[in-house]
Amino acid sequence: MVFSRVFTANLLLTSTQIILSRLTRVMIKDNESTVPIMHSGHVRRRKGSNEVPSDVDQATGTKLLAKDQNKYKSMLVRAYSTIWMIGGFIFVVYMGHLYIWAMIVIIQIFMAKELFNLLIKAHEEKQLPGFRLLNWHIFFTAMLFVYGRILSQRLVNTVTTDKFWYKLVGNLIKYHMVTCYFLYITGFVWFILSLKKKMYKYQFGQYAWTHMILIVVFTQSSFTVANIFEGIFWFLLPASLIVINDIAAYIFGFFFGKTPLIKLSPKKTWEGFIGASVTTIISAFVLANFFGRFQWLTCPRKDLSTGWLQCDPDPLFKPENFTLPEWFPWTEIQILPVQWHALGLGLFASIIAPFGGFFASGFKRAFNIKDFGDSIPGHGGMTDRMDCQMVMAVFAYIYHQSFIVAQSVSLGMILDQIIMNLSYEEQRELYSKLGQIIKDRQFGES
Amino acid sequence: MIKENGSNVQGAHSGRIRRRKGSNEVPSDVGQLTGNNHLLVNDQNKYRSMLIRAYSSVWMIGGFIFVVYMGHLYIWAMVVIIQIFMAKELFGLLRKVNEDKQLPGFRHLNWHFFFTAMLFVYGRILSQRLVNTVTTDKFLYKIVGNLIKYHMVTCYFLYIAGFVWFILSLKKKMYKYQFGQYAWTHMILIVVFTQSSFTVANIFEGIFWFLLPASLIVINDIAAYIFGFFFGKTPLIKLSPKKTWEGFIGASVTTIISAFVLANFMGRFHWLTCPRKDLSTGWLQCDPGPLFTPETFTLPGWLPEWFPWTEMQILPVQWHALGLGLFASIIAPFGGFFASGFKRAFKIKDFGDSIPGHGGMTDRMDCQMVMAVFAYIYHQSFIVAQSVSVGMIFDQIVMNLSYEEQLALYKNLGQILQDRQFGES
Repeated sequence: MVFSRVFTANLLLTSTQIILSRLTRVMIKDNESTVPIMHSGHVRRRKGSNEVPSDVDQATGTKLLAKDQNKYKSMLVRAYSTIWMIGGFIFVVYMGHLYIWAMIVIIQIFMAKELFNLLIKAHEEKQLPGFRLLNWHIFFTAMLFVYGRILSQRLVNTVTTDKFWYKLVGNLIKYHMVTCYFLYITGFVWFILSLKKKMYKYQFGQYAWTHMILIVVFTQSSFTVANIFEGIFWFLLPASLIVINDIAAYIFGFFFGKTPLIKLSPKKTWEGFIGASVTTIISAFVLANFFGRFQWLTCPRKDLSTGWLQCDPDPLFKPENFTLPEWFPWTEIQILPVQWHALGLGLFASIIAPFGGFFASGFKRAFNIKDFGDSIPGHGGMTDRMDCQMVMAVFAYIYHQSFIVAQSVSLGMILDQIIMNLSYEEQRELYSKLGQIIKDRQFGES
Repeated sequence: MIKENGSNVQGAHSGRIRRRKGSNEVPSDVGQLTGNNHLLVNDQNKYRSMLIRAYSSVWMIGGFIFVVYMGHLYIWAMVVIIQIFMAKELFGLLRKVNEDKQLPGFRHLNWHFFFTAMLFVYGRILSQRLVNTVTTDKFLYKIVGNLIKYHMVTCYFLYIAGFVWFILSLKKKMYKYQFGQYAWTHMILIVVFTQSSFTVANIFEGIFWFLLPASLIVINDIAAYIFGFFFGKTPLIKLSPKKTWEGFIGASVTTIISAFVLANFMGRFHWLTCPRKDLSTGWLQCDPGPLFTPETFTLPGWLPEWFPWTEMQILPVQWHALGLGLFASIIAPFGGFFASGFKRAFKIKDFGDSIPGHGGMTDRMDCQMVMAVFAYIYHQSFIVAQSVSVGMIFDQIVMNLSYEEQLALYKNLGQILQDRQFGES
């Protein structure tokens, strides 16, 4: 089943690629950068445009997008990249949970690479050979730690059928925290032993910078991956809302933009902001209904398999009928309860998530950087695309854990304890004891 | 002997910290007077500085023992107070007065994040104990239950409020300074709260798991100072010129032996070994558990006949203590090296000046922080796993889960067991 899906996906992809590249070869000069875009399918266009060079601004005299002469050309470049990114993204979602996870890992590596390089000073780096390896050592440790925690339960469920692997995985999980801690301590000791006279300030600055980067990158990606395995819906909906918010703000700003929004990002306007907010909230309501109908998106993945998914849909995704007032063409519509939650997500996506973009703009201004990188034509680097997504991913996870998940914390904790600490015989013993008290209770009630 | 008596009161509150290994606090002019030799053995003023440090140490150790006697909740309060002092020192460290004048209210942002972090960290650790404290009162139980359910959202929105506040407060030409301060605040809070949260988690598992690691660091510091004072000749590391190999090795041996002995001594008190399941302050009684039950060892026959004991009582926990002692002597000093390097990098002499002869709170806590994290991880990986039994989990299930949750657990567990059974047959 997986093979046939991969085959059709490949066919679709190559045909679209050929058609699109033929059409746009005239407009776009650099064809070589189209290959990496397929891997970075997760990212979206930004609201305004900081990438138009400053000489154009001086030529037109004003910064707003509506009056920009070159805006049509830049819009085409951005549209081309956007289509590729959205296309790649849909493809990966179709492939499944494990592939989305792989895509996130790849995006992380790109982002970390961009950000590590950002504040490196070439002169000092020459005197510190091997210092950059330390960054990647801590990166690898963070990856092991974060994904080990999130996916340990699913890993256990994947290997329940093989006794040897079960033992091995059980031990790995048991000593997971110690392993990661000792890897980190190795990096810490390595750092201290590598301190060189007169380079202390630079090295401490780089060390702190590495920690900040890894925290920012891994917090949001770990929450994203946790959401994915609860159901692709909880990853797809927030990400799509940010995309829609970006694109809508760009379009509204393009046609109606007049009043500047914030000094940090001079191309953003109030018209764009408000238009995008309304569009996002309405889309949230509609999209949730559309996404909620697919079991591929709504079912949680309990292990690390890649096959098709079947499950009993959560009550959130069961349609309820609403009778509408008489002046409406339809007498009643079907609403999924999850659509009300989607309104909350949409509200956050339109009001708070843009602050992620402002933060990135302010940061670039503070350090006189134009873009974080240049992997995506017309958009800048990977971090430029992910700035709002990061804020949204964290919110989506916290919202999900607080308002959607029905299971209480203590149940999960006790289940974890049972699986991690008890042997098979002890688990059976506990099971029979538990069965006994449940039976007693049932007898007591009848 | 000591001029500033006022700072001794602070010393009593900061009872948890210990003397440092070498002495970076001897002013540089003394160094020039004695010539090129920085080692402590050859320092003329060393006796005077040793007296000051000894006086502060006695106060700190005394205050610490008092707080341990008072109990878990008071230790927690002491940890919180230490944190506030450390955060205050560190926040003030990289501040530039000129820029700060142009940004009124920016310093409040630091404390906003501090408060959010405190709520988040202690809410997570102590939620279960808070629930156990209010099980008898139905009204409070509901309130506490709701608070815990929405704990994460509350902390998140507090953080987002701080984030938005930061962005709206960005001022032209001050961007770099403000971003630097923002990053610095995050780094401080992470360093301070990681180790303190692990410390508090350890405390409520049993004061033993807090007291033993902390004491080992103290012993390591004092032993290294004494060995360096009398025997120190070979410098250890360029970062801290007063530390010597003789001090290091002497301290390591002392620490490992003390770990073995101290664990035996501390393991006999219920007050130290029993976990605290709620937030009460009364006396504690409990079943000590297999780790603290003495086992008798017959000493080998090759010992001379005049040896008074033929067999010793060893608590199994003493073997674990050897591991803690090894870490305390070898890895924990790197926390001190990190702090020294940091101070050199930013040309600071001390983090603060609250403790006479020792510097600030952070100077005392640098090795403790590394040890606290290790103690927690060691405990979670090697101690908890051993002491979990079917009976304990069963008790948890009966006490903490509602009937519906028990049913859900039963179904889940049945599913897992069934999968395994099919796999193995």
